[in-house]
Amino acid sequence: MAEVMKCDCCDRPAVVHETRVRNGETHEIHLCEMHAKEAGLTVPGQAPIDEVLTQFVVSKGSRKPRASHNTCPTCGMSFAKFRRIGVVGCPDCYDAFEKHLGPMIERAQNGGTSHCGKCPRRGGASIDRQLRMQRLIKDLEDAVAAEQYERAAELRDRIQALEAEVPAVEPDSAAAPERA
Amino acid sequence: MELKEHGPWISADGPHADVVLSCRARLARNIAGFPFVNSASTTQRHELLNIARQVLLRCRLADGMTWVDLVETTPRDRELLFERHLISRNLAEADIERAVVISSDETLSVMVNEEDHLRMQVLAPGLALTDVHDRIHAVDDAIEAHIDYAFSKRWGYLTACPTNVGTGIRFSVMMHLPALKIINEIERVRRAAKDLHLAVRGYYGEGSESSGDFYQISNQVTLGKSEAELLAELEEKILPRIIEYEHHARRILAERNQTVLDDQIHRAVGTLRSARLMRVEEAMKLLSRVRLAVCLGRFPEIDPNLINRLFLQVQPAHLQSHAGRSLSAAEVQKTRADVLRAALS
Repeated sequence: MAEVMKCDCCDRPAVVHETRVRNGETHEIHLCEMHAKEAGLTVPGQAPIDEVLTQFVVSKGSRKPRASHNTCPTCGMSFAKFRRIGVVGCPDCYDAFEKHLGPMIERAQNGGTSHCGKCPRRGGASIDRQLRMQRLIKDLEDAVAAEQYERAAELRDRIQALEAEVPAVEPDSAAAPERA
Repeated sequence: MELKEHGPWISADGPHADVVLSCRARLARNIAGFPFVNSASTTQRHELLNIARQVLLRCRLADGMTWVDLVETTPRDRELLFERHLISRNLAEADIERAVVISSDETLSVMVNEEDHLRMQVLAPGLALTDVHDRIHAVDDAIEAHIDYAFSKRWGYLTACPTNVGTGIRFSVMMHLPALKIINEIERVRRAAKDLHLAVRGYYGEGSESSGDFYQISNQVTLGKSEAELLAELEEKILPRIIEYEHHARRILAERNQTVLDDQIHRAVGTLRSARLMRVEEAMKLLSRVRLAVCLGRFPEIDPNLINRLFLQVQPAHLQSHAGRSLSAAEVQKTRADVLRAALS
């Protein structure tokens, strides 16, 4: 049977393990639940459900993290890298770099500032899905605020199901592709 | 992998075929919910391939759609597809998971995991931009019935390179302008095209030099104008003027420099019918002179379709495919000369 690692401060089993590098030297820290809390470290598996759900809400876009230092929050592409390679990393880069990218696009497009051509025919369906998603996220925020965790968990599952939803396919043509 | 000897888009029967070899409409599209190819993980690129394969093969986009996994093909086959204008140089040489689906007549191809998730193109002989426009949008609609595209109200279809946003459409026209080249007027065409925000490229598109007096002219603007506006500008205003300019140059050559023209044409035919070794650039240049002569009504015995096909068949990968094996550089030159002598004698 493997030996249980003890806390650095007492004889209880250590549940938090961290490796810190300071001035080129590596220090390992092993703490029990109590001493980990005293040190301000998160104990794995002990985060309260409201925190978990709140994190989930935050990650769902209604409170999307802002781009910092000209970096796309979704894909991590920096504006400097875009300037070097000439391509952006994901659709959200257009929002993240809008301030710099907008004038560049307008110059490259001979003054063209906005799209006035074809739009996706299934735009209506996509917008409907986005609206449903927004409603569910709002309901989830309300449920968390009201500490209705059972309902919040149910809403979380519905959001995940909607994210994984496969676009509708006409019966006479292709089968729907599987989506992650 | 087997390709036909040539696709119908190389036919000399299209509108304005004496000056326009072929035309193309290309759409850049990306699937919502995924990063662009340059930032996608291996797993995501595989997933994109799986989605594209299921949708493209079941959409009935055209007769006999064939899926070609480019990781599993030989470098020679990839080069052959590039020479056929069915894939880009970028896709031929990349080292990531990528594929192309091609219709049996080779007029439609969709590249997967190029710079954008999907790059679809329709080719047609001559100047038939309305036809390729209509067909590419039918293809686009069929695919879009199954896939959500990355799209924003302001920027339109979102693409990896911001110069392609908006419509994501690129119309390209392969023009044969030998007379303008001979009378040294081609630079004026280039300057005028630049002023009109058009790109002028060579026979093999981006990064390629003019070869065989072919110039690929395409719109650079994709945002702020609709597809119909871009199409009308090219088809009704700009291209007819370039075609007329080339016709004017041909008339000048035929009327005022007939001896010089005849000398160049007969030297070209003579060399093509007798050479034993030939480099590709020389072959393209000589075939260009013969194409000009045929379009001017000389050599009625030579089929213009044959000349159009030869521009493809003298390319290195086509010659190796013709021989059925890999050839050394010297063997390629010999085979090229053999093919040309057999075709034109």
